[in-house]
Amino acid sequence: MRPRVRLAVAIVMLSLAIGPPAVSSAEIPLDQRRSAYQDMSRDNKAMQDDDTSNPGMLAVLDGEALWAAKSGGSGKSCADCHGDAKTGMKGVAARYPAFDAASGGPVNLEQRINISRQQDQKAQAFAYEGKEMLALSAYVAMQSRGEPIAPHDDARLAPFIEKGRAQFNQRQGQLNLSCAQCHDDNWGKSLAGNTIPQAHPTGYPIYRLEWQSLGSLQRRLRNCMIGLRAEPYAYGAPEYVDMELFLMWRARGMKVETPAVRP
Amino acid sequence: MAARTLINVPPKAKRGEVIQIKTLISHIMETGFRHDNVGSPIPRDIITSFVCTYNGEKIFEATLYQAIAANPFVTFHTVATESGTFALQWTGDNGFTQEASAKITVE
Repeated sequence: MRPRVRLAVAIVMLSLAIGPPAVSSAEIPLDQRRSAYQDMSRDNKAMQDDDTSNPGMLAVLDGEALWAAKSGGSGKSCADCHGDAKTGMKGVAARYPAFDAASGGPVNLEQRINISRQQDQKAQAFAYEGKEMLALSAYVAMQSRGEPIAPHDDARLAPFIEKGRAQFNQRQGQLNLSCAQCHDDNWGKSLAGNTIPQAHPTGYPIYRLEWQSLGSLQRRLRNCMIGLRAEPYAYGAPEYVDMELFLMWRARGMKVETPAVRP
Repeated sequence: MAARTLINVPPKAKRGEVIQIKTLISHIMETGFRHDNVGSPIPRDIITSFVCTYNGEKIFEATLYQAIAANPFVTFHTVATESGTFALQWTGDNGFTQEASAKITVE
């Protein structure tokens, strides 16, 4: 091989090894967005659509009881301050994560519930991903079912949406993949027999048949990170909340399905 | 938290009509085959039987095993013969028992 050709080959090899710098994928046009619901089997759709066959509704019943249960040093229930969740909580989950002035950043629905438990009810915080937290967040989020996802138009949230977006486009883990490479660039194609969804968080907390239980969006994000062989963050980490914020912004206008069923 | 149930029985039916009954109950259905993070076995905790009676007469019975997923969903059909009550009962490990009922009007 002549030296010049060898040099050219070396440059090609080097650029392949490094890969394109900070892949910026094309975002999905708003009118082409679809919920993973649309890609489910007829049986799974039927399971979600019927409130007497949707297992997420069992947790919603628990959440309804928690909403009315007096708790903590204040001796008050959620309902004592917020009233009937059916009216008071309508559309609330569709606006989360929201800016929290006290912490100077976004908080998600679960964190807001715990802030209220600790500060207003003088009660112990619910454990992340615990049965109570899932039940109460499912009950609150279900009041927004059918409402469009509408993140607050708050300038203070903008830098956190950008952080979430950067994470979404950041290659990570041993597989060196970004979220965007699957969910922006290759949605609709197959990955090991499953249709790659667009990753819109329309129905959280979801009842996932694989989990045989309800799970939060952060559990789902952990799941994906483990799949990338990246080290997942701890539950409630600000990185996850930024990501949730970005994903909700990305799904703005889509309808809330909570409690959704997913395979 | 106590077990939750969701029952779907049509509130009205014509005499002789075949109706569908759908039941869902919250239960972990722990198989007994799994181990926890320190290697000790997690004891079995499943629902073992489900019975449905229609005005006191047994019309459906099922035995459940470890292979059934959490929150068992059991659905079956029967003929609406007269107005009355469907009584549903689930029993399982560790003294688990749960009852629910639904009324139907047959015209």
